[in-house]
Amino acid sequence: MAKEIETPEVKEYLDVPHIQPGVMQGDGPFIAKPEHQEPLGFPGELVPDWQNKAIDKLGELKSKYRSLQLFLDICVKCGSCTDKCHYFLGTADPKNMPVARQDLLRKVYRRYYTIWGKFGFTRKLVGAQELTREVLDDWYNYYHQCSECRRCSVFCPYGIDTAEITMAAREILDSVGIGMKYTNEIIAKVFKIGNNLGLPGPALKMTLEDLEEEIEDDTGVKVELPVDREGVDVLLITPSADFFAEPHIDGLIGYAKVFHEAGVSWTVSSYASEAANFSMFIGSYENMKRQAERIRKAALDLGVKRIIHGECGHAWRAAYSFWNTLAGVGHGGDDAYSRELQKQLDPAYPVPQHICEFTWDLIQRDVLTLDPSENDHMTLTFHDSCNVARASRMGDKPGGQFEIPRNVIKAVCNNYVDMPHHTIGEETYCCGGGGGLLTDDLMEVRIKGALPRMQALKTTMEGKGVTHMAAICAICKTQFSKVMPYYEIGMDRIVSVHQLVSNAIKLTGQED
Amino acid sequence: MSAISYVYTFLFYAAAVLLVGGLVRKIYIYAKTPAPLKIPTTPAPVTRAGVVYRMFKEVVLFESLFKGNKPTWLFAFLFHFGLLLVLIRHTRYFVEHVPSLIAMSQWAGIYAGMAMVAGLLGLLARRIVVDRVRYISSPSDYLILLLLISIGLSGLGMKYVAHTDIVQVKAFFLGLLRFDWQNLPSDGVLLVHLALVAILMMIFAYSKLLHGVGIFFSPTRNQVDNARERRHIADWAKPLDKSSGQ
Repeated sequence: MAKEIETPEVKEYLDVPHIQPGVMQGDGPFIAKPEHQEPLGFPGELVPDWQNKAIDKLGELKSKYRSLQLFLDICVKCGSCTDKCHYFLGTADPKNMPVARQDLLRKVYRRYYTIWGKFGFTRKLVGAQELTREVLDDWYNYYHQCSECRRCSVFCPYGIDTAEITMAAREILDSVGIGMKYTNEIIAKVFKIGNNLGLPGPALKMTLEDLEEEIEDDTGVKVELPVDREGVDVLLITPSADFFAEPHIDGLIGYAKVFHEAGVSWTVSSYASEAANFSMFIGSYENMKRQAERIRKAALDLGVKRIIHGECGHAWRAAYSFWNTLAGVGHGGDDAYSRELQKQLDPAYPVPQHICEFTWDLIQRDVLTLDPSENDHMTLTFHDSCNVARASRMGDKPGGQFEIPRNVIKAVCNNYVDMPHHTIGEETYCCGGGGGLLTDDLMEVRIKGALPRMQALKTTMEGKGVTHMAAICAICKTQFSKVMPYYEIGMDRIVSVHQLVSNAIKLTGQED
Repeated sequence: MSAISYVYTFLFYAAAVLLVGGLVRKIYIYAKTPAPLKIPTTPAPVTRAGVVYRMFKEVVLFESLFKGNKPTWLFAFLFHFGLLLVLIRHTRYFVEHVPSLIAMSQWAGIYAGMAMVAGLLGLLARRIVVDRVRYISSPSDYLILLLLISIGLSGLGMKYVAHTDIVQVKAFFLGLLRFDWQNLPSDGVLLVHLALVAILMMIFAYSKLLHGVGIFFSPTRNQVDNARERRHIADWAKPLDKSSGQ
């Protein structure tokens, strides 16, 4: 493990590297132990008949997901995606080109599920391949060098989304007993305790009480951060990193101040104290549903009218795009299951609503007193998080997920500059730590995968005087504070959007 | 009727059966396989009409490929648009009375044939020259390009080098459609051209050429972005819903 990791050189422009086969060959991340696998319904270790089981699982998944069936069929190998993945750009390993990553699964699909796989000669023609132990190991290694960020799918003429393939491959691996320790241990913790950190209810209460004191010391105003308070209007679902990590916690303080000034009653839930849904990363519908149903149960138990979601990227995808499907958390359901929660929710508000949507609405209505000069010591830029950018929305219009966070930042900061347009918006680069890769056993992948974002940030810092980058994703924030020092950028240069709001907001009754 | 005419008669019926049968089977599979989750690549349209517009831009203009790679887009557009005009030009072999619009557009079909071959050569060159694209190419990827190039060149060859009896060719194909089989001229270039077309028809529904149909079923492109307003759920997922009171 003592392999020296070389940080890629940041140049003026991002070069597309020549391919270097095998440079990221390896064992992949730590493998889950039985105690991490079994609570998720997966076998504890590699099952004896794994080859047939994996092939059958592929068959089952392609009959349940049109995306998988279609994407395995229709790729024409045009190459449009080949230079779009941050992991390829950072490592030059050709198996990190999206199409080549898909082909690891596609060649097995062609062997067992197409006519070409039946004869030795035609197998060679179409690149069909037996599912051997080497192929399985390649899957484990390379499907854990994909952050499911969907950048490739933007450029695919058929919308082929490698994230769908990666999720399917990880589900196949889980189903034969080879899971990833980091994701599966965390999911098991959510089922047992309620959040990724394993932070129990009493500890959560104490943490939030400490924060209340901190805000009062700072501003002279008592701002509440309630836990499990019944009958309030809003349930806040936020990543548990917001309860302890820097700069996440400064964002949480920002949400609390915004709720306070808006006069909206709210609470967090100790039962559903986690927005993150890592089951999405492993493509497990059943586990993703189990996680989402904790939010449903908390909303029902607490009797809230609205659900607001904190700053987290993949979690916002799960919330915005999937909660309604998985747990009836949304509007427009006409079945008994979804009506049970729907009848309690206020139809005047979207469910779930992003904290940026909530804050921007208040800003537009002039509810908040803001002093942007409080952020004058910084010049900001904004990192669009992949899942927010390409797998969700904010507001009523397509692209609101780009405008609304920027509008919020510009309302609370005087100095704002965008990074180059091909690195933001729908073409944004992943931070390098998404998709369940935010673990120390994948440090090399994380550092190298951050190259495109670091390149864009660094040139914007040098050319446009940007000092700080804001983000609305817990994973992005943690990843950046860890990898930025490798690129000679201070770890404190990543900030939460609501940290900026917190700095600028003037609480009613606050002394200067 | 000559022996070779019988062979080609059989060949085209077989090709048509494989093409239609294969496409029907795949369309059935795509249509019945659900997309259990909302996965449009966003920003995505929020209305059905918006999806139609998005799909139009994708199918007609290759919008995403344009974003992704300009040379590939150019070659792909030359090929596909060329092929479309060539196919329109060829309809005269399948209808007794050629509509005047098709008769008037015959000249365009010739240039389109050249554009088509030029585009294909560009795509082939890219596949060979760019190391990334070379890495992801299987023999079948080259063979399909060579097949299409050969069809294009043999077609142009009959226009410029070795003419064939196109009146008899038309009689042959109208005969196929009416089950009143006719002789096919036994010119070498024509036989090569038609044999390759038959092969193309045979592999279409069993290869990556399916993209022409598959794109319409792509959930990242054809879904409306309305997850918060409408509950989207697959049939297989419904039994998993259990009220929390239980």
